[in-house]
Amino acid sequence: MSIRDTFFQECEDLLAALVDGLAELESSGQDSEIVNAVFRAVHSIKGGAGAFGLDDVVSFAHAFETVLDRVREGDLAVDGKLLRVFHKSSDQLTDLVEAARDETAIETTARDSVLKDLETYLGDQVEEEEFSFDALTLDVPPALEIPAEDSASRGVYEILFRPHAALFSNGHEPSLVFECLSQMGDLTVELQDISIPDFELLDDSGLQLAWRLELTTFDSETVLHDAFEFVEGLCDLEIRPLTRPTDPLPTIASEVPTPQPTPSSDKPQTKSEKEPKAPKATLRVDLDRVDRLINTVGELIINQAMIAQRIEELDLPGTSQVLNELEDYKLLARDIQEGVMAIRAQPVKPLFQRMSRIVREAGEATGKPAKLLTTGEGTEVDKTVIERLADPLTHMIRNAVDHGLEKTDTRIAAGKPEEGTIRLTAAHRSGNVILEVSDDGGGLNREKILQTALDKGLVAPDVELTEPEIDNLLFLPGFSTAKEVSNLSGRGVGMDVVRNAVAALGGRISITSDPGQGTTFTIVLPLTLAVMDGFVISVADQTMVVPISSIIETIHPIRRNIHTIGQNGRLLALRNRYVPIVDVAENLGLKSLNRLDDQIFLLVSSVSHGTCALAVDAIHDQRQVVVKSLKTSCGSITGISAATILGNGKIALILDTEEIARTGASASELAHEKLTQMEPALVDAN
Amino acid sequence: MSKDILIVDDSPSVRRMVTMTLSQAQFEVHEAENGAEGLRMSRTKRFDMVITDQNMPVMTGLEFIRAFRGEPQNRGIPIVFLSTESAISLKEEARSAGALGWMQKPFEPTQLLAVVRKVLG
Repeated sequence: MSIRDTFFQECEDLLAALVDGLAELESSGQDSEIVNAVFRAVHSIKGGAGAFGLDDVVSFAHAFETVLDRVREGDLAVDGKLLRVFHKSSDQLTDLVEAARDETAIETTARDSVLKDLETYLGDQVEEEEFSFDALTLDVPPALEIPAEDSASRGVYEILFRPHAALFSNGHEPSLVFECLSQMGDLTVELQDISIPDFELLDDSGLQLAWRLELTTFDSETVLHDAFEFVEGLCDLEIRPLTRPTDPLPTIASEVPTPQPTPSSDKPQTKSEKEPKAPKATLRVDLDRVDRLINTVGELIINQAMIAQRIEELDLPGTSQVLNELEDYKLLARDIQEGVMAIRAQPVKPLFQRMSRIVREAGEATGKPAKLLTTGEGTEVDKTVIERLADPLTHMIRNAVDHGLEKTDTRIAAGKPEEGTIRLTAAHRSGNVILEVSDDGGGLNREKILQTALDKGLVAPDVELTEPEIDNLLFLPGFSTAKEVSNLSGRGVGMDVVRNAVAALGGRISITSDPGQGTTFTIVLPLTLAVMDGFVISVADQTMVVPISSIIETIHPIRRNIHTIGQNGRLLALRNRYVPIVDVAENLGLKSLNRLDDQIFLLVSSVSHGTCALAVDAIHDQRQVVVKSLKTSCGSITGISAATILGNGKIALILDTEEIARTGASASELAHEKLTQMEPALVDAN
Repeated sequence: MSKDILIVDDSPSVRRMVTMTLSQAQFEVHEAENGAEGLRMSRTKRFDMVITDQNMPVMTGLEFIRAFRGEPQNRGIPIVFLSTESAISLKEEARSAGALGWMQKPFEPTQLLAVVRKVLG
């Protein structure tokens, strides 16, 4: 990892601390400790950015920091308006850092508008402070500059130098100063020992030494003074030109404009500092290494399963010690697996933090003031899940503000607070991660949703739909309730994309809505992507795995509940409704071994195509399997999402139920059409 | 024998830059991410030079310098103070706290080396 990478990683932490600090400032008021932390974050970003020459970041951070400094000094009080400016500035700083990292162009108009906001808080400091970062006032004598050829331009200086005792206690060493001078030209050093008393009178704590130096150099007097910069004030110093340089060269140091001191900056920190929180020890590890480890642990789990199976085949007596130890092995392997998975787990906090910005921006764009409340920020989710959730969540949050919240006057009329609330929660529940996005808006307008779906031909005109069914129309591809695509939540992305993204992570999304009270989207996700629970099934003599998360129930149907429609269409009558049957074997291009009525049906909830029943030959087992991607070796295969290795060492393919339902649905489309024409008298619940 | 330099800075990237620059010049660099850690380290090892940042959690640079100087084993060890502020008052405060010199952030590796050489010879 390069230093640059380290810096940007550090920036992420600092920006998170900044967002945190601002949120705390908002909730608990102006606490000097919090203001300091916020200031420090911006200040550190500025410092680091300067080292990498990221001028855009530096200049913005400087303005931000200056305003924060005024708050720190008590010159400015934090009110709602200033907080909004701080939030915007923090967003802007994030953008600038990102732009610097990705080396993309920055949006100057947005930045300038925030800068302008900040400037209104700068007070009269702006004029005083000529801020420039190229003007480096580093206290290094530019002695190494090659002197001009003209030797006539050399000057001779006499230097009288008498150090004070404090010079030594600060760790200075006069000989080093002399060495520095000697690099500038010809130097003679003469010790002035006249003031040294006799040995008996010598005071060992005092200092009696003084030197007289003579330097012949091309450098100007200013440069000479620079050599003494660190010791100035700790010694008596006199520099007198004996002969001036005839043609003084322009020197670098004298040209360097010294930035005006900020009069009030960095006073000693207040003593009331709270007991500092001990920082949690962390370790940055290359992700590749973690993934290699996870992979190896996957192998270990498979190996454990294989050993278990072999031992089972030995048919040992139940009392055998081996069986006990095998049990221990299983437990240990599971512990290791959980531990390793925990490495990839990250709190959702950074993701949530980004969302508060989305709410702010969406609120501003739509003129609906809104705030974000988050709970369960510490909930840990797999890193990949967090990354892939960012876009869908952003979209949902925008939707919640744009479509979920009512207009301000409507809210007031309904007796609600003017400012809308978007709630984002995360929690672990029975091996799943639950994410909820809710708003306190007017709830879904079911009439409008249904009308839109009808207009777009997404539902049949005479169909009767329940309320949840209407709600779920939102997830259909090509559905968008906004009459015109607003520039905010529109962007050509519908909820179907969100639903697909969640499904790709092995999760499910659902929606509930109370008229007048608001709408809640619930996303249920597996804890990890590397291991999943699955049914081991067989289809046309092949052993396969179906993810349990997609299965609602399993059914062994009776003959008369299976109806054939047209050439290929088959339906399963199930509790007052018809569900299209998809023959998995046929779907995958395999030869079906059993007659349909001997088969077992797995009822699958398809993400975008409603419910369908997958016909398989048998269910053998339910177990955890390690997911192995096939993408690199086989590319993407329709109907297959990945593979796993079973206890017997054989490879089993993992079905992509979503895909199978989709392709199967087209085959049974005809059935769908007929479905509506059939009399419901056929129905016989099993 | 190589000289031991302690860098006290909460920013990993600054620490890394200092470490890389100085270790290439054959200095032995030790890193502390805050003043308290720096103090602890100074109790078990004598450094030839200390470089400290000002804006840090736990202790500010100035507080660190005062505490560092307050411990007898640290007498005479040169301390260079890093700060993005160019305020003269701060330099003066740093000096009266016991810093030998200062350097303004950001700085180039060559500038850092020049300062270290100026201090250590």
